[in-house]
Amino acid sequence: MSAFEHADQITCPGGPLLLRGKHVVEDADGVGHETTRPVTAVCRCDKSASLPWCDGTHKVLPAHLRPS
Amino acid sequence: MKLPTPRGPLSETLSACLRSSDVPVPVGPASASWDDRTLSLWILHQLHYRGFDGVADELEWDPQLLRLRVELEQDLERRLRERFTPPTGLTLVDDFFDWVAEHDGASLATHVHRDATREQVLGMLRERSLYHLMESDPTAWLVPRLGVRAKAALMELQYDEYGAGDPNRLHHHLFALGMEASGLDPAYGAYVDDASTEILEQNNAMTLFGLHRRLRSAALGHLAAFEATSSLPSRRMVQGLERLGFPDELVGYYAEHVEADAVHEQLAVRTVLGALLDDEPELEADAWFGAFTCLDLEDRAASRMLAGWADDERDVA
Repeated sequence: MSAFEHADQITCPGGPLLLRGKHVVEDADGVGHETTRPVTAVCRCDKSASLPWCDGTHKVLPAHLRPS
Repeated sequence: MKLPTPRGPLSETLSACLRSSDVPVPVGPASASWDDRTLSLWILHQLHYRGFDGVADELEWDPQLLRLRVELEQDLERRLRERFTPPTGLTLVDDFFDWVAEHDGASLATHVHRDATREQVLGMLRERSLYHLMESDPTAWLVPRLGVRAKAALMELQYDEYGAGDPNRLHHHLFALGMEASGLDPAYGAYVDDASTEILEQNNAMTLFGLHRRLRSAALGHLAAFEATSSLPSRRMVQGLERLGFPDELVGYYAEHVEADAVHEQLAVRTVLGALLDDEPELEADAWFGAFTCLDLEDRAASRMLAGWADDERDVA
């Protein structure tokens, strides 16, 4: 049996970047934020009210403003 | 938990037979009212969770009670399927979020955000507590029924729901803390008598999907739709609860769901359902059915609550 794919990072089309495990994510001001849950969603649309984390805001953006 | 107040002859007889072996199990549930049937099924489902005070644990597997449960479940599933039209030309993993956005229904969070009174929110919390105090439990039944990839993916999501090993972070415990701090009884099932038929049916649908292996895809579709309609409404709940001066513990429950469910919605669609449908592509229609049922029942439950609040406001005026 071959190994299953299990990436540390998953890029969600139109949505966030998922990170598995412990990471430190820098916000726009260069301040580091440590992940606290088993999987963390990092904002890629820059419109989240919880930056650097995703809060689902990308879903209410028009398609051309969502990250590819 | 105490047995709830009966809502008709079926739940009356059912409650009596659960308390005493001298009372026979009721038969022919079809003639009972929707409310009576729905409460009866909710009662029967609770035997598989935490049971009732004064009711023998052995009754969970009583063949006659199981027969009644199955009849009520068949009626529920038939009614849910009648409301559902499968989407055409869509791929679940790619199109799910846009499909959910197009099926947006009545929103309690929008009302709580700007307009609801404290009393209305307390009433909503009492009804919602039926689910929030057992959050994720119906989904836990799915674990042994999945293949390796889907099972690992679901556990990754559920591990966070259950606090990643820390009981202080377990989601349904966070809700209990919020209820207690808001002056409500945090005991499981304490407010079942306050629940509308629609709220009971929401809970019954989740338990139906969780208990039946053949409905595993519907259960995961329901989970995905539930998670995909949580982050943004939870943000509005936070702001509404802060506006009304609710305690930090309750605000914290909803604040947790803003970021947690932004993760869970992606996992539920991409890793959990993605893996299930890779292994068993013939189950995609049921995933849509479960997702539709989640959104449809939430719309009906929210509409019923909003209509009640509008009636209250008319009475006051």
